[in-house]
Amino acid sequence: MGIITFNNVSYTYNAGTEDAVSAVKGVSFEINEGEFVALAGHNGSGKSTLAKLANGLLLPRKGRVTVDGIDTFDKKRIFDVRRTAGVVFQNPDNQMVASIIEDDVAFGPENIGLAPREIRARVDWALDAVGMRAYAKATPFRLSGGQKQRVAIAGVLALKPRVMILDESTAMLDPIGREEVMTVIKKLNRDENVTIVLITHFMEEAAQADRIIVLNDGKIALSGGREIFSRADELAAIGLDVPLPSRIARRLQENGLELPDGIVTQDDLINALEVCAKKCP
Amino acid sequence: MRDISFGQYYAAESVVHRLDPRLKLILTIAYMVLVFFIQTFFGFGILFVFVLAVTFSARIPPLRLLRSLRTILILLLFTISITLLFYHNSAETPIAEWWIFSFYRSGFINSGLLACRLVLLIIGPTLLTLTTTPVSLTDAIESLLKPLSWIKIPVHAFAMIMSIALRLIPTLSEETHKIIAAQKARGANFDSRNPFKRAKALIPILIPLFVSSFRRADELAYAMDSRCYKGAKGRTRMKVMRFAWRDLFAFLVFGALFFGILLLRYNWWNWDWVRLITQW
Repeated sequence: MGIITFNNVSYTYNAGTEDAVSAVKGVSFEINEGEFVALAGHNGSGKSTLAKLANGLLLPRKGRVTVDGIDTFDKKRIFDVRRTAGVVFQNPDNQMVASIIEDDVAFGPENIGLAPREIRARVDWALDAVGMRAYAKATPFRLSGGQKQRVAIAGVLALKPRVMILDESTAMLDPIGREEVMTVIKKLNRDENVTIVLITHFMEEAAQADRIIVLNDGKIALSGGREIFSRADELAAIGLDVPLPSRIARRLQENGLELPDGIVTQDDLINALEVCAKKCP
Repeated sequence: MRDISFGQYYAAESVVHRLDPRLKLILTIAYMVLVFFIQTFFGFGILFVFVLAVTFSARIPPLRLLRSLRTILILLLFTISITLLFYHNSAETPIAEWWIFSFYRSGFINSGLLACRLVLLIIGPTLLTLTTTPVSLTDAIESLLKPLSWIKIPVHAFAMIMSIALRLIPTLSEETHKIIAAQKARGANFDSRNPFKRAKALIPILIPLFVSSFRRADELAYAMDSRCYKGAKGRTRMKVMRFAWRDLFAFLVFGALFFGILLLRYNWWNWDWVRLITQW
C-alpha cells in the first residue's frame, strides 16, 4: 500500500449553501514511499485542496484518505498523520511563526514535545539540509523569497516527515528562488528518501518528477511518466502548457527530424539534437 | 524594503543583554516601585549612578537613552511649570512673585524631585526594552504568568498571539506601504491639509489591509495546524531559560541598592550618618 492513498475522494467547499464549490470529484490515486510525484493543473483544478486533504487539514466529504495506513478521520492519530505528511504552502510570509529563523524551525519539534537537545539537533540538521544554517539567528524579514521558502521547508523538515507536500511553494518566487527550492527538494528526495508531492502549475517543474498526475476540474485527467507531455493536444484542451522544449521537439518531428519521444527539458532537447546531428551529418 | 527595527532593541553583546529576561522584568518592576520611595536628591543621585552603570555595562550609547526621554519632554516641562506656578506654602515667605503667582524655595525643590522621578521612571523600562528582544520579553511574561494557567487563564495562547503579532509587524507594515503606493498610483491624495479628507483617505488603505490580514491569518492557521500545533499541551521549548550566576549577581547588586534606598528613607536603626546624608 502506498504511503498516501486517496480512495474515491470528493470535497466540496461551503457544502449545503448557495456558494457550494465542488473542488475534488471522486479522485483515487496512490503515492508510494520515496517517489517524487507532481500534481499539475491550472488554477481551480482542485490541486491545493488535495494538499489539505492529504494531511487532515480538510476531511473528505466522500471517500477516504489514508497516510501511512492511518485514516485522516481518526482524530486521535491526526498528529501522527501530520508528522508523516508535512505541507509547505505558497506564501512563505504566511507560514512563519517566530521572528528568528531557528525559533521558527523549532516550532514543529516543540509542538510534538521533543526534548530541548533533540530539538536543537533537528533544527541544525534541517537548516543544514536546506543550506540556511548561516542565517539561523537572523530574522526572516530580510531574506529573499527563495531563502524564506527554504526556511519554511526546514520548518516542515524538522518534524522528520516521510512525505513532503509542496503546495505551489514556488509560485511566488522568481526564477532563481524557484531553482533554489527545486534543488533542495530533489536533494531531500534523493538523499533523505523523503517522498515529494509537488503541486504546481509550472509544467517545467512538473516534468522533473518521476510521475505526473494532471488534474482538471477536480478529476484526474492524465497520469503517468514524462511521456504524457507528448499528448500535447490533451494538455492544451485542459488549459495547460506543454514545456517549450517538448513543443520544439514536436515541431521538428513533424518536419521529418528523427527525435525520440518524451523530450521535456532543455537538456533532453540538446542531447537529442546532438545525437541526431551525429547520425545525419 | 523598509528597515523596521523591532521595538527599540539595541543589539549588543553584554552581560545585561544576556541576563534572564524574567529577572530583568521583575527587577524593572521593583526599580519602578523603588523610584517612588525616594524623596531626596541624594537618593536620586544614587539611582542615577546605578542607571549609568547599567547603561555602560550594557554598552548602550548614553545618547540612545536620552533619545527615549525626548518623548516625555513636553510632559516633563508641563509638570515642572505647573508645580512651580501653583505650589503654595503658607509657612514660607515667597522668594519671588510675578502676576498672580508666587514662588517658594520648597516649590523649586519639589519640582526638581518630580523631574528626577519622571526621568528615572522612564529610563527603567527603556533600559529593559533596549537590552531585551520583544520575543524574549513575551517568553518571560508567559513564564512569569504561568501560575495563572492553573485558574484556566490561557496564558500560553496570549503569549502566542503576542509573538505572532510581533512577527507580523514588519510584514504588515511592508504591505501597508505597498497599498499606499498602489492607491497613490490611482490618484489617491494622502497629503490634504483637511483632517477630514485625510481620515477619509485612510479608508482605502485600511480595508485592503484588513482583508489581507484575515487571509494571512487563515493561511497561518493552516500552516500551524500542519506543523502539529495543539496549544500549550505537551509542548516543549528549544531554548530553556536557566538561572545563571550572572543572574544571581545582578539580583544581589539590585538587592543591595533596594536595601540602601529604603535605609535612607526609613533609617530603622537611627544611624546619625544616614540622617546627615538625607538632610543634605
